[in-house]
Amino acid sequence: MEIVLPVVIGSLYAMAIYMLLRRSLVKLLIGLGLLSHASNLLIFTAAGLTRSKAPVIPLAADQLRPPHADPLPQALILTAIVISFGVTAFALALAYRAYRSVNTDDLDQMKTTDA
Amino acid sequence: MIIFSVLAVFGLAFLAPPLCRLTKEKSGWWLAILPLALTVYFLSLLPGLARGQIQSISYLWSQELGLTFAFRADGLSLAFALLISGIGALVAVYAGGYFGTKVPIGRFYLWLFFFMASMLGVVFADHLILLFIFWELTSLSSFMLIGFEHDREEARAAAIQALLVTGSGGLVMLAGFVLLGQVGQTWELSTLFLRGEGVRASPLYLAIVILILIGAFTKSAQFPFHFWLPNAMQAPTPVSTYLHAATMVKAGVYLLARLSPVLGGSPIWLWAVGGIGAVTMVLGGVLALSQTDMKRLLAYSTISALGSLVMAIGIGSETALKAMVLFLLAHGLYKGTLFLVTGSVDHECGTRDVRELGGLGRLMPYTALGSTLAALSMAGVPLFFGFLAKEYLYEASYKAGALWLILAVLGALLNVWIALRVGIAPFWLAGSKEAELPKKPHEAPWSMTVGPLILGGLSLGLGAYPQILSSVLVSPALSAMAGKAVEVKLKAWHGINDILLLSLLTLGLGVVAFAIRNDLQRIAEQWTVPWGLDTLYRRSIDGLFRLASFQTRLLQHGYLRYYLITIVVAVVGITAGGLIRWGGGALPHLSLDLRFYELGIAIIIVLAGGMAILSRSRLGAVAALGVAGYGVASIYLLFGAPDLAMTQFLIESLTVILFVLAFYHLPNFAQLTPRRERLRDVIIAIVTGCLMTIFVFVASGIQIHPSISQFFVENALPLAHGRNIVNVILVDFRGLDTLGEITVLAIAGLGVFALLKLRIDQRSARAGKTTQTGRKGGDQ
Repeated sequence: MEIVLPVVIGSLYAMAIYMLLRRSLVKLLIGLGLLSHASNLLIFTAAGLTRSKAPVIPLAADQLRPPHADPLPQALILTAIVISFGVTAFALALAYRAYRSVNTDDLDQMKTTDA
Repeated sequence: MIIFSVLAVFGLAFLAPPLCRLTKEKSGWWLAILPLALTVYFLSLLPGLARGQIQSISYLWSQELGLTFAFRADGLSLAFALLISGIGALVAVYAGGYFGTKVPIGRFYLWLFFFMASMLGVVFADHLILLFIFWELTSLSSFMLIGFEHDREEARAAAIQALLVTGSGGLVMLAGFVLLGQVGQTWELSTLFLRGEGVRASPLYLAIVILILIGAFTKSAQFPFHFWLPNAMQAPTPVSTYLHAATMVKAGVYLLARLSPVLGGSPIWLWAVGGIGAVTMVLGGVLALSQTDMKRLLAYSTISALGSLVMAIGIGSETALKAMVLFLLAHGLYKGTLFLVTGSVDHECGTRDVRELGGLGRLMPYTALGSTLAALSMAGVPLFFGFLAKEYLYEASYKAGALWLILAVLGALLNVWIALRVGIAPFWLAGSKEAELPKKPHEAPWSMTVGPLILGGLSLGLGAYPQILSSVLVSPALSAMAGKAVEVKLKAWHGINDILLLSLLTLGLGVVAFAIRNDLQRIAEQWTVPWGLDTLYRRSIDGLFRLASFQTRLLQHGYLRYYLITIVVAVVGITAGGLIRWGGGALPHLSLDLRFYELGIAIIIVLAGGMAILSRSRLGAVAALGVAGYGVASIYLLFGAPDLAMTQFLIESLTVILFVLAFYHLPNFAQLTPRRERLRDVIIAIVTGCLMTIFVFVASGIQIHPSISQFFVENALPLAHGRNIVNVILVDFRGLDTLGEITVLAIAGLGVFALLKLRIDQRSARAGKTTQTGRKGGDQ
C-alpha cells in the first residue's frame, strides 16, 4: 500500500489545488474538503502504515504488545478532522451569508469591501 | 539621589495632566517647583565636586547582558544638568503664560517633563546602552513636542523629519556604541574612560568614530544633518527654547565631550569633529543671512553655535575645552533668553518678522531688558558671559592655527549680526509703523518676563564675576574631560591683547554688517540654492511612499486565487528546492505488499475526487466528495485506526448534509474562468500533486527525531488509567490541546449562528434611513 497511497495523496492535492483556484466560492469549499482529506492521509502515511491492531490495550493485559499502530498520528488526525469540519461549517455559513448580501458567489466580484 | 532626580521628573511628567486640571492657570508656577528644587540640589553638589567627590550609583539590571542602571554625576554631567533643570524651570513657568488655558496644557507638560527626565538621564547615564535609551527617549519627546499643534500639517511634517533624522542617527550611534563596548570590553563610561589607549589602537577605531559621530551630528544639527533644526521651529516657542536651543541639541555635544578622552586626540578626530564643527559654525551664520523670521534666525544661529562647540571639542586642547564649557553655559543662557523673548514678541505682536517689528522697547520694557542683555552677551560685548566664552574660543583657535581662527571670527561675526537683528533692533530701532502689527503690543505677563530677566541677568552677572564659576563648575567639568584635576582661574578682564582687539574688530564688523543688512539679505537670497538636503530628504520620503503604494498595488491586488497561486508556487518551489538539495539519497525500502481491495479503495478515492471536480451538478460534486471521504475512512479502518474511521464516517456524513443544506440557498455552478486560465491552474495543480507524491515517498523513509509515541503507549495505563491510547492522548496527555480544539469549534458554532441569524436586511434598511435623514439635515 505504501506504493499506492502517495499517488492517492498527490492526486487529492492536485484536485484540491485546482478547486481552490476556481472563482466560484462553492467550488473553493469543495477544494477545501479535498485538501483536508489529502493532508490527513499525508500525516497517516508519513508515520508508517501497518495492518496490525489498533493501539488499544486489551482488558486482560496491562500493556500493549507490538506490533500495533502508532497512536500519535491518529490523535493528530482526529483533531484535524474535527477542526476541518468546523472550518467547513463556518465557511458554508459565510458563503450563504455573502451570497445573500452581494448576490454573487464569484470571488472576483467580492474584491472590494463596498457592495 | 541622582537616579531619584531622574525618576522624580518622570513621575512629574505623568502627574502633570491631573495637576494642571487642579491648578488651572497657575499650573506653570506649581510645576516649576520640582525643576527648581533639582537645580538647587545640583548646585549643592558643586562644592563636594570641587573637592573631588563624584556621586555615582549603580543597580544591576541583567548580569548576563552586562547591563546596569549606572548613574554618575561628574562636573561635565552637572554643567549640563544645571542647564536642563534651571532653564527647564523657567520654561515651565513661561509656558504657563504662553499657552494660557486654551490648549491642552497637561499634555504639553507631560512631554516637556518626559523630555527633561530623559535628558537628565542622558547626561547622568554611566552606561552606553542606558545612555542610548535615554537618547532615543529625548528624540521621541522631541517628536511629540514639535508636533504639539498636530492639526497643522507643517508641524506634523517637521516632527516626523526631526524624528527620522535624529532617530536614525541614534540607531547608527547604537552600532558605534556596540563596537565601542566590544573593543573597550565594558559598557561603563567611567571604565571606558581609562581604556582610551586601547580603543584608539583598535582596527575598529575608525568605524566607531564615524558611527558615533553620525549619531552626535544628527542630534546636534551638524552639517550635513542641520536641516531639521530650522524646520523644528514649527514647535511652540517654549519647546524651541528648551529643546532646540538650550538642551536637546546639546546632547550630541555632550556625547562628544564625554567620549573625547576615549576617542579624541587623533588626526581623524581633529578633522572630522573640528572640521565639521567649523563648517557648521560658518554655514549656520551664512544661511541666517536671508532669514527674516526671528525664530528661524535664532535656529540658524543655534546651528552655528553648536558648530562652535563641536569645533572646540575637535580641537581638544585644554583652552578649547574650557571655551567649550563656557560657551555651552553662555549660549544656553543667552539663546534661551532670546527664544523666550521671541515667543513673547510673537505672543504680543502677532508676528515674528524682523522687518515689521520695531520700537518695542517702550511698550515691553522688561522683555526688552532681558533681550538686550542676552543680545549683548551673544554679540560678545566685554563684561558679558558671551564675551568670556568667545575670548577662550578665539584663544583656542589661535593656538590651533590660522584657519581655525579665521573661521571662528567669521562665525562670531555672523552671530553679532544675528544678535543685533533679533535681540536689539525690534526693541530699540523704529520699525515699520506700529499700526500695521497684527496686534497692539503691550508687556507680556509676569510669568513670561521672569525667565528672560533671570537668564539675561545671569548673562551679565556670570560674565562680570566668572570667578564664582571657575572652581565649582568649570574646573570639575574640565577635569572630567581631561581625566586629571584641572585648575581654572577665570577673569572677566584679560587686559588689552591681540585677542581682545580681535573681539572688538568682530563687534565692529558685525555692526557694519547690520547696517547693510538689507543688501546682505538681497545677496543671500540670490545665493539660495533651489536644491538642498531638505529637498533630498523630501524626495526620498516621497519616493518611499511611492514605493510603498507601488508594492501594495502589486502584492495586495485583492484576487483570492492569485494570493493562493503565490502561496502554492512558493511552497512548491521551496519544497522542490529542499528535495533537490537533499539529492534523492537512498529511497526508502518500499514494501510491495498490496491487497486488491486496498487498491480498489485507492482507485475509488481518486475517481470520486475526479468526479467532485468535474461534475457540473452541485449535488453530484458533493456526493463524490462524500465518497472520497468514506474511502479515506476505509483506509483508516484497514490500517489500525478504528477511531479515525469512526470519526471520519460521521463527520463526512455531516459535511455532505451541510453542503446540501447550503446549496439550497446558493447559485448553480457556473463556468467562470476562460480556458487558458483553467489550463494554467491544471498545470499548477498537477505539478503540486506530483511534488506531494514524491514528498510522501521521501518523507515516509526519514525519521529525524525519535518518535515519542512509545512514551504514550507505555504510560497510558499506569499514568492515565485508560486503555484506548489515542483517546488517552486526546483527553489526558494533550488535554489542553483538545480544550483549544473545542474552543475553536464553539467559536465556529457561534460564528455560524451569527451568520445565519443576523438580520442584515433590517439593519441595512435602518442604516439607509439614517443616511437619508442625515442627507436631509445637510440639505436644510
